[in-house]
Amino acid sequence: MAKLIWFGLKCILLCSTVGAVFEDQVGKFDWRQQYIGKVRFSHFDAHVQSSKKVLLATENNVFASINTRTGELFWRHVDMTGPEGNIDALLHHGQDAVLVVGDGRQLRSWDINIGGLNWEIVLDSGSETVDFQAVYSGGNGEVYVLGVVPHSHIAIVAYSLEDGEIIKQISVEAPWLSNIQASCVVIGRGMLTCVDSAAASLYTLDLHVQSQMTQIPLQSLELEATPGFQPVLVSTQPNPARPPLSEFFLQLGPEHHLLLQLNSGQIVTLRDFKPAMLVAFASPGEKTVAAVMSPKNQTACSLNLFSAESGRRLLDTTLIFNLDPYGGKPEKLHVQAFLKKDDSVGYRVMVQSEDHTLTFIQQPGRVMWTREEALSDVVTMEMVDLPLTGTQAELEGEFGKKADGLLSMLLKRLSSQLILLQAWIGHLWKLFYDARKPRSLVKNEVTIENLSRDEFNLQKMMVMVTASGKLFGIDSKTGTILWRHYLDNIPSNAALKLMVQRTTAHFPHPPQCTLLIKDKDTGLATLHVFNPIFGKKSHVTPPALLQPMLQSLMLPVMDQDYAKVLLLVDDQYKDLSTELIWEVVMPTEVQRIVSVKGKRPNEHVHSQGRVMGDRSVLYKYLNPNLLAVVTESTDLHPERSFIGILLIDGVTGRIIHEAVQRKTKGPVHVVHSENWVVYEYWSTKSRRNEFSVIELYEGMELYNSTVFSSLDRPHAPQVLQQSYIFPSSISTMEATLTEKGITSRHLLIGLPSGGILSLPKMFLDPRRPEIMTEQSREENLIPYAPELLIRSEWFINYNQTVSRVRGIYTAPSGLESTCLVVAYGLDIYQTRVYPSKQFDVLKDDYDYMLISSVLFALFFATMISKRLAEVKLLNRAWR
Amino acid sequence: MGSGARGCSVDALLMGSGARGCSVDALLMGSGARGSVAALLMGSGARAVGDGMETEFSGFSVPLEHSFEVADVAKFRVRGALMLKAGREPNISLTQSQLSEEDRAKLKEVAAVDGLYRIRVPRVFLQADRQTERQMEGYLTAFVRACAMVESHLSDVIALHTDVSGYVIGVSIVTLPGACRGIEVEDEVDLEVFNTTLSLMAPVNAPGPETALFVERMEIETEKKGKNPQEQKSFFAKYWMYIVPLVLFLMMSGAQDQSGGGAAGGAAAGGGR
Repeated sequence: MAKLIWFGLKCILLCSTVGAVFEDQVGKFDWRQQYIGKVRFSHFDAHVQSSKKVLLATENNVFASINTRTGELFWRHVDMTGPEGNIDALLHHGQDAVLVVGDGRQLRSWDINIGGLNWEIVLDSGSETVDFQAVYSGGNGEVYVLGVVPHSHIAIVAYSLEDGEIIKQISVEAPWLSNIQASCVVIGRGMLTCVDSAAASLYTLDLHVQSQMTQIPLQSLELEATPGFQPVLVSTQPNPARPPLSEFFLQLGPEHHLLLQLNSGQIVTLRDFKPAMLVAFASPGEKTVAAVMSPKNQTACSLNLFSAESGRRLLDTTLIFNLDPYGGKPEKLHVQAFLKKDDSVGYRVMVQSEDHTLTFIQQPGRVMWTREEALSDVVTMEMVDLPLTGTQAELEGEFGKKADGLLSMLLKRLSSQLILLQAWIGHLWKLFYDARKPRSLVKNEVTIENLSRDEFNLQKMMVMVTASGKLFGIDSKTGTILWRHYLDNIPSNAALKLMVQRTTAHFPHPPQCTLLIKDKDTGLATLHVFNPIFGKKSHVTPPALLQPMLQSLMLPVMDQDYAKVLLLVDDQYKDLSTELIWEVVMPTEVQRIVSVKGKRPNEHVHSQGRVMGDRSVLYKYLNPNLLAVVTESTDLHPERSFIGILLIDGVTGRIIHEAVQRKTKGPVHVVHSENWVVYEYWSTKSRRNEFSVIELYEGMELYNSTVFSSLDRPHAPQVLQQSYIFPSSISTMEATLTEKGITSRHLLIGLPSGGILSLPKMFLDPRRPEIMTEQSREENLIPYAPELLIRSEWFINYNQTVSRVRGIYTAPSGLESTCLVVAYGLDIYQTRVYPSKQFDVLKDDYDYMLISSVLFALFFATMISKRLAEVKLLNRAWR
Repeated sequence: MGSGARGCSVDALLMGSGARGCSVDALLMGSGARGSVAALLMGSGARAVGDGMETEFSGFSVPLEHSFEVADVAKFRVRGALMLKAGREPNISLTQSQLSEEDRAKLKEVAAVDGLYRIRVPRVFLQADRQTERQMEGYLTAFVRACAMVESHLSDVIALHTDVSGYVIGVSIVTLPGACRGIEVEDEVDLEVFNTTLSLMAPVNAPGPETALFVERMEIETEKKGKNPQEQKSFFAKYWMYIVPLVLFLMMSGAQDQSGGGAAGGAAAGGGR
């Protein structure tokens, strides 16, 4: 009987740690933003007049359809990462879009209305040395496939459209050519035109007849390219079944474009655009127009349409594009042109900037929407507390100041109380005022001005650093982008490290974040110091770092302005001298270090030990300096490969524990917290994913219970370890974090399927017994089972799949029960988790009415019965 | 082990051979190799000892060096000789000399300014057959506070850690006791002889998932069930008339007060740790 009750209790206990949300809570505490990445190809759907679709294929191997009115996604397909999913070409005709995917391996046709796959075929790519880069067809029954052997020749193969037979195969000398896509286009009736910057010449070749390229020096056209600039050719083929137009653009400098025409072998200049930053062709109906963007002033650009045939400017086609002072320069134009009722040409334009922003603009310059595609590639992030409101800060400031007399302190206190009262009355008045208005008019928009910390510190500022070099400040509650800042000097291979030097807690000093940008090749680094709440660059001028950087570390020491000290070590060791005090050397011929994980500095551990079944305490080994070092073997043979886990004290260099997991390989995901390390790896022996947990205990008594010092802990801790089978591979892993560390911990696991699993840490506990005893039951241990199950109610993001999740960030809130979670990858998902349920707040559907009416009823019942009793007593006394 | 070491050092003094040293051996690996007496008699030249030992033990010797300077710049000098026996069961022993008068004074001086006492050993490879392959470029270093060294009366625990293939990857030193309390130490008596506990640590094999045991246990359980189905069945059969009303009652009461009960249950689960 006791067994059964225990089992029942355990079931209740286990079920009570469910992290799932109720249906009516969907979207209440969480939000998701879906991105597609940097656009490579775009096609506006002109199939139906009123179509609102634009098809976009991106460098992140995403193919999507976006609503041109709102900028929202209609549908999106996320392909494999890497070259297998690379989108090489996009062709759109009518209802269908045809994609060439995976370096020419696959051809797929999609229905653009619903995003369904029509068909897919695997192409046979049997080319050896020739790199086929372009396809051309003039719609006359022949298809030309162009390939190049760099710095040697162009290979041209002509196929018959009827039966796919090779009609002819020629090779043309072109020793100056390395890439067809970068320097060649087909113009008019099969004229392959290439540009060579070294010889400052154009080369033309008639694909139908010639086998020799004709050189046309730019000088003969009275043209000259900007020195150091690689000229670019732009042509257009409005209808795939017809040859391209004979008009084309030649870009000779960053702000110099020419509209040229190829007329029976002769090149004629139609119009010289200078200055002109960007050009694009568009074909509404039969005509073709060219959109040209030229700088207007410091903050704006103007766009105009020109007739492609004549180069004449079309009337009333000016569009003003205001440059974002915190954004990048425009990089590419995508023009949607259409014929108005009076047969004049109207257009909208999607401007793509260096910072991967898409801005959709309508005439005469109204921005319809913007998409910050830089957020598809978040590198690192931090969450910063919002500042207090002015009045709260006033109160706080009172405590910070030095005491100056009893009376002045009292006066100050009274005045701040008065201010608080005033603010409260103002708030009440606003509530009353808003209540009278219809609901639709009341907007609770978050702006940078009205940002302030909420009661439970649940709303924070998410500072996100993206690979493109754009920084974002996002409100964690709504997902609104509150500020953005583009750093245009970031090298493409930069390592970015974001550090919060000063939080909002030190009023009146503003919070301060520092981004360390390090070029991975040269080691040279720069610092960007900014205010994380407003995104503004700080007045603090960071030192110029002239030497290659080796290490950076934020020390827990604060300077006089409450900013944490940033330690930077360059290869000269000049300003501060460093001294080697310990050294552990891993021979690289056996294994290499893949990750080093310390503990989170803001982590709190509430309980020093665990209460055992016999009421004794097993003390945790809580070494704040402990590092978990993960190594992988250099030998990758499945029988001999291994991963190693070393626990090293960062102060003394003492190896606390050293373990090898044999017949396994990476990638290893590690979480290191409190007194435990959890890691996940691939077992080559059993061919499955496994989790392992290491826990460290000091034993039944503490060596020194008051303070931990790495220098004075002579006894090695007890090490317990257990492993489990996990039924899925994982993408990333992080542990929940709460204010005081009382709440039990969960592991948040990002799965490749897009789910985020909240796995209670108590399932990963090396003390899970093989055989249940009375004591382990008393301790609430779950009996050991080799497999960890994935329960569907453990998914915290229900159906809000997070594609390609790369990282999970956790931050404590002001509520002990609540941990804020942000998962980022291609998408961004923010939610709250309650690992031990919401024990410190009432539920949102708490019935206030019921409880207060019961209270009132009881109160009145007491009053009435008291009165009745009095009357009764009085009556009895009279008797 | 500590007392054994002390005894040994007394022996050495009684022998009066001029060797002011004592060797202490300690193995965490389990095999306690004795034979340090031989090393003792050979004198204090660490290198010579090592070379002499090699043929006999098929082991080799590397210097253990230490450094303690008032100005915090390391100047390593030989403290003793580590004798390493390579092979399948590697073991290790240490021969070290006493601290000289001068060194004792210096150590106390360093302790007074809270300086560091550092040790280092060269990187070695225990599995190699040839001497040339055993020693590699570079050193492994570790430290303790000099005051801890003084206050523990030179009682230190040194561990050498190897990786899977026998490379020594790290050295660690702790003193017992480890704290610095500012106790006065008489350098004549307490700071002469090292009382070292030495160990060689190889990585442990981390366990994989225990499927075999679990399956076995499950089998036993199903067997049990199979043996007496009567008993298993009879429980519900016996008590169903009590259980059903109880469950119904719980469900009825639970439906009314669901929200409050759920929250309380959650809090209990959270506070459980």
